[in-house]
Amino acid sequence: MARSSRPAAPGTRLGRSRPRYGEAVVKAVLLIAALVSIATTIGIVAALLEPTVEFFAEVSIVEFFTGTSWGPGFKPPAFGVLPLITSTLVITLIAVLVAVPLGLLAAVYLSEYASRRVRKVIKPTLEVLAGIPTVVLGFFALTVVTPFLREWSPLDITFKNGLSAGIVVGVMIIPLVASLAEDAMSAVPNGLREGAFALGSSRMVTSLRVVFPAALSGIIAGVILAVSRAFGETMIVVVAAGSNPAFTLDPLREMVTFASYIAQAASGDIPVGSTVYKAVFAVGSLLFVTTFVLNYISARIVRRFREVYE
Amino acid sequence: MSVLSTPASAVRLASKGRPLREHLFKIALVASLVIALGFLALVIYSMVSSGIGRFDARLWENMPSIRRPEQAGAQSAITGTLWLVGLTAVMALPTGILAAIYLEEYADKTRWYNRVIELNIQNLAAIPSIIYGILALGIIARVLGLGFGVLTGAMALSLLVLPIVIIAAREAIRAVPPSIREGSLALGATQWQTIYRQVLPASIPGIATGAILALSRAIGEAAPLIVLGAATFVPFNPSGPFDRFSALPVQIYFWITQSREEFHLLAAAAIIILLALLLAMNSVAILLRNRYQKRF
Repeated sequence: MARSSRPAAPGTRLGRSRPRYGEAVVKAVLLIAALVSIATTIGIVAALLEPTVEFFAEVSIVEFFTGTSWGPGFKPPAFGVLPLITSTLVITLIAVLVAVPLGLLAAVYLSEYASRRVRKVIKPTLEVLAGIPTVVLGFFALTVVTPFLREWSPLDITFKNGLSAGIVVGVMIIPLVASLAEDAMSAVPNGLREGAFALGSSRMVTSLRVVFPAALSGIIAGVILAVSRAFGETMIVVVAAGSNPAFTLDPLREMVTFASYIAQAASGDIPVGSTVYKAVFAVGSLLFVTTFVLNYISARIVRRFREVYE
Repeated sequence: MSVLSTPASAVRLASKGRPLREHLFKIALVASLVIALGFLALVIYSMVSSGIGRFDARLWENMPSIRRPEQAGAQSAITGTLWLVGLTAVMALPTGILAAIYLEEYADKTRWYNRVIELNIQNLAAIPSIIYGILALGIIARVLGLGFGVLTGAMALSLLVLPIVIIAAREAIRAVPPSIREGSLALGATQWQTIYRQVLPASIPGIATGAILALSRAIGEAAPLIVLGAATFVPFNPSGPFDRFSALPVQIYFWITQSREEFHLLAAAAIIILLALLLAMNSVAILLRNRYQKRF
């Protein structure tokens, strides 16, 4: 070392003493664990793709997307998916009408009004609501919400209907809307609030005119995520909304969504390889693609939103 | 971050002149929370009040029966759920934590494949649970040939909760300040030694919270198991990973679909077990988080 003509840079002597194979093995194991998620996605696509392609070899795409009757078990079988589409949209819409106002108001309260102590109690309680198994919520919709609506509302509601299912799905996604919207609003810098207060704004005006618009993209991303959640909700709908698909927009009747059809068909006895079996996967593909697109839009909005204040 | 830094007197002054609107707005805010939390209370209350009369030893000592609802129980469903949770914990927790370590400590965020992994996990977290049932049915049961036993069900649930574990573990790991890593590396520890001896012990409470929440999600999930064909009235407890099985939420679902009133009582009673289990797990998770949060 002393004889070297020029002094060695620090680090060239210290590093790379001997190769550490253990470290490389660890990194490889960790990478494999991370790749499980990629394998999951590939597995989902693989599971859906083959039966779906086979399905469309037997049933024309035009019939699938324009037919107004869904009954793979009928004689002759009917493969028009429109009834499932309208039912899914109606139930999602009801859920959004319930969850978005309530969830956003709750988020404004938690982010702008609540003291630290109140927040510390309410947020975990909302998490508990989000953690109630959906089969329990479905039972609640069937045995409490529907009888209540039949008794106390002037509506003529069947025993199983899309309305109670939609309402309860909406309540289920309130915590999701509230927590994502609250995250977005808490991320708004305090300077904006203080500026608004300094200009004489009240807390309400500050919340609605300053904080809310500043957090809007994050809020929208959260709402889209909640919509995607409602879109794919299974157990509440399968329990409370019935099993007879009808091409209707009337939520007072029975409704069958994508997810609830899959659950119903799969819990019955269907021969593997039959057209009915493949129809389950075709509907699954439709559900997967729709939620995938919604999630992607939400992620894109979040990413754009993040750049605003960094 | 906190709004509290604005003096209360200034806010009061700013609100002067329009008190009614302000008050109504605040009432609406509080009302929305009261509705959400009141709904939670109502769900718990109605399930307990209708199921408590049937909540006795028959429920965990007897097997499900389609013919004699007054003697039926849920023992095979309870053991099935325990099997599922155990296997899910063994599979999902190590995988999720290791993946989180990779993403936080090793992954170079500028590489496209790491960004793909990250986006993919976000997307998987929002995929409907029933799709995981289709995955299990089409790939795990048929292509991998693992059949329709409790192991296949647990694998479906593991993949379902994996994103939850990863996201929670990443947050916990990220909360460990870089100075701790730098100190360890400066003392000559390798990267893995730093992670294993410094970062992981410091992030255990956060990881444990996420793990409990993920497992409680797995306990309540019915949709993927129904697609997988978790059997309706299984009169035996699973004794191995390839045995047919039932699970509490699936059993509850099939009881709900029966028309006889006795089965609905039975469902409500089984729901009490499920809710008690989940509330206990949630409380532990929240306690852990509140107790050990913000140590740095």
